[in-house]
Amino acid sequence: MTKIGLEIHCQLTKLESKLFCSCKANYREFEPNHNICPICIGLPGSLPRLNRKAVESATSIAMALSCETPEKIAFFRKNYFYPDSPKNFQITQLNVYGNMSVGGEGYVNVEDKKIKIRRIQLEEDPGRIIYEGASERTKITLVDYNRAGTPLVEIVTDPDFESPRQVRVFLNILSDLLENLGVAEPGLEGAMRADGNVSIEGGNKVEIKNIGSFHDLEKALHFEITRQQSLFERDIEIAQETRHWDDRRKITVSSRSKEEDQDYRYFLENDIPWVKIDQSTRDALKENMPESISSKKERYVEKFDIAPQVAGIIASDRYYSKLFENAYSEHNAKDIANLLTTDVIGFIDTKEKQQNSKITSKHLSDLIDAINSKTITRNSAKIALQEIMKSGNDMKDILQEMDLGQVSDSSEIDTLISQIFKDEKQAVIDAKERPETINFLVGKVMQKTKGKADPVKTLELIKSKLNQ
Amino acid sequence: MNLNTSILKYIEDVKSGTFTVEEFTAATLQRIKDVDGDVHAYLSLNDSAINDAKIIDKKISSGEKIGRGYGFPISIKDNICITGTKTTCASKILENFIAPYTSTVVNRLQNEDVVITGKTNLDEFAMGLTTEFSAFGPTKNPWNLKYVPGGSSGGSAASVAANECLASLGSDTGGSVRNPASFCSVVGLKPTYGLISRYGLISYANSIEQIGPMTKTVKDSAFLLNIIAGQDANDDTTINNNNVNYLENIEDGIEDKRIGIIKEMTIDGLSSEVATATKDAIKDFESLGASCDEVTLPTIPYTVAAYYTITSTEAGSNLARYDNIRYGYELESEGYEYNSYISKSRTKFGPEVTRRIILGGFVPSAGYAGKYFLKALKVKSKLTSEVNKAFENFDYLIAPTTPVQPFRFGEKIDDPVTLMLLDYNTVTANLTGKPAISVPYRVVNGLPIGMQIMGNSLEEKSLLQSAYALESKTNLPAVPL
Ligand SMILES: [Zn+2]
Repeated sequence: MTKIGLEIHCQLTKLESKLFCSCKANYREFEPNHNICPICIGLPGSLPRLNRKAVESATSIAMALSCETPEKIAFFRKNYFYPDSPKNFQITQLNVYGNMSVGGEGYVNVEDKKIKIRRIQLEEDPGRIIYEGASERTKITLVDYNRAGTPLVEIVTDPDFESPRQVRVFLNILSDLLENLGVAEPGLEGAMRADGNVSIEGGNKVEIKNIGSFHDLEKALHFEITRQQSLFERDIEIAQETRHWDDRRKITVSSRSKEEDQDYRYFLENDIPWVKIDQSTRDALKENMPESISSKKERYVEKFDIAPQVAGIIASDRYYSKLFENAYSEHNAKDIANLLTTDVIGFIDTKEKQQNSKITSKHLSDLIDAINSKTITRNSAKIALQEIMKSGNDMKDILQEMDLGQVSDSSEIDTLISQIFKDEKQAVIDAKERPETINFLVGKVMQKTKGKADPVKTLELIKSKLNQ
Repeated sequence: MNLNTSILKYIEDVKSGTFTVEEFTAATLQRIKDVDGDVHAYLSLNDSAINDAKIIDKKISSGEKIGRGYGFPISIKDNICITGTKTTCASKILENFIAPYTSTVVNRLQNEDVVITGKTNLDEFAMGLTTEFSAFGPTKNPWNLKYVPGGSSGGSAASVAANECLASLGSDTGGSVRNPASFCSVVGLKPTYGLISRYGLISYANSIEQIGPMTKTVKDSAFLLNIIAGQDANDDTTINNNNVNYLENIEDGIEDKRIGIIKEMTIDGLSSEVATATKDAIKDFESLGASCDEVTLPTIPYTVAAYYTITSTEAGSNLARYDNIRYGYELESEGYEYNSYISKSRTKFGPEVTRRIILGGFVPSAGYAGKYFLKALKVKSKLTSEVNKAFENFDYLIAPTTPVQPFRFGEKIDDPVTLMLLDYNTVTANLTGKPAISVPYRVVNGLPIGMQIMGNSLEEKSLLQSAYALESKTNLPAVPL
């Protein structure tokens, strides 16, 4: 049986500041080395100043993943030399003397499988190394410390996954959960990274590192399983080792550096006293935690009779569910949910588009009202939607400006139909003989009215004219 | 002008107009010019000291609000950062490091209108007991220039003893304030761990070290503590001291106090001069109305080994950042890959620092941590519970600060283990986090002897009362320089 375990790192970019100083947690907008201070570049004499909010966010994550959360936590130093590490040690957590990290022993249900979370720890992200010319053989290596000290949560699972597909489903659930908690933005480039380990029946565990994206992770896992199986079939021992994902060749390669042998000489970070997270703090965190995705979904289904599939899509995305929550009323919830999943999601399918879109909940309810009162057709609604997302203008203004108001005046449509009957003589004959071709004529009316004609009324009028 | 004066007397004189801040500062700078060529207490001087003094004089004459310091001159150990000044740790590796920020202690001093005279010499990165490990040459003992001043805050102690300032800030990891205070006949206080902010103190062994005042009198020590002690948002390990006034009631005496004489620190290894002085000090305490009894702390013989294990482990980690990448000295990187470059750059460390970094890489490493590092931590916690228990029966625990008097240069530098034993009586306060003070007690054969009093956590006020009481029983000669 294939066993896969994961080690996920997620930045807490929603926090105001870094883990141990007041530089910005969201370092992305800065010129290189412009989001740094004596603390995060480890200048002599500087001391870490723990960001309590980061501890709270990490504890929330642990709670959302059903972890046990200890009364007090400690930080450790992980000692190793690397140019992106300003102090040449990383402040992280360790559970070697009992549970001292923010959480442990949790789980996530993935379809019918329970994936156990071994531990969750809070630590600092290192800086970034930039090889000029994007090659490790280049003569010039640059280091940008803007990222150094960004709060990072490490989530380690047991080797409970049986397939790369399961891993993908889990990562989707996890990234939705983190986003829903309002602590992270997994969609940001590099904000969420994952390493994996793979073993097949009768073989040793192999760690895979250096994986750039979730997409690549799935590929790397597939590759690694196939590689191990073919070794196994040929009776070659599968060595316990760390392999790197070669992004260019799309294969895993044995690491030359003996990372598994490295001795990190962990010991307590005494500059940060033990942090107490007392019951009242934990209660408050629990109370302030946003509703979980699964309970949201359940509520949508039960209260509004929304299809489970639709409810799931809306509930698992913070952006859509926020739009929905603020738009619905008892009578239109189902319509709004459908509008969201059929039309809106088609236009706003990336985080970037979500950020740029100007649509508000009011637009959604106005739009549904307009459709239901037949002020506008579904077709026109789609066009209006695109305009709303771009300009954010008021619904009424857009309808007027773009001339999208529904044409339901019978005489106006009638005049159009007469003209079309003259122009499309053959189609009229066809329609009389084969009623299923009548849609061609309806389509013509829609074309002429740019989709504004009430389709029900149009059909009615065409039918009666055919019968004349 | 008499430069051999206390801060408190100085302040009285400035207030009464006996002299101006500028006059006293100028005289101090002249004194430095006259003697520091021999003493070598300073690594760098504050060029704007006179200007700083003038500004304070102006404040005084115009009746503007003036800080508690009234411009008294103070030196700062060169492992404490001040914006825009070199902070070298007496190491070639930080020879050109200019701190971009100011430590909390110096900030607090500057807010109270002091004049900083300069930065003082130390053993490289505060690792040593004689200042012989300074990369920029040793400091001499003002009592006899052929003798070591103690260390690692030897420059600070010598600057105070030689009247090159009225006080200094040192740092104490295993005795680095108290040892040179004892050798140079000044008052040196190592406060409770967490009482004084370490923000801006360049770490050596951060879990046990503290900044401490070095002064001519016990009252000055209390005065300085009033300024620099207390919680600091920039150091998460600092504790709230409820703004205790350490100077208030300092003359209350120690009648009926119970004093424990630490057996393990007073039996073996003391020179006969130090042993005699200790006996006399006990008599003095008794004459002040305290009761003295022997107390035994059986873990003490293991403390020096535990101390070097813990400090080396932390030093190995704290000094890892000196890889010459973000700051450092000129070293062409052409032809090196990362690992060989940092190895090359780190050869600038001196012998003692190198020794401890190597030790620090070994004792906590996989396969050896259980035998060394974790055992040392066990000694630390066992010692702490022994000392806590002793404080159930005693108000103070005493012993001579060092087992021997100052010795000649070169005498012990090649014998690291003997040198380490000099720490025997001081490391306990660091390993347990307790406050301890060295009080000048006697000068024998022209060389000082200091007595150490250790108090319970956050009992600095009571500790200073006992130190003041002992100080009042002494009558010491002036430094012959
Ligand atoms: Zn910073």
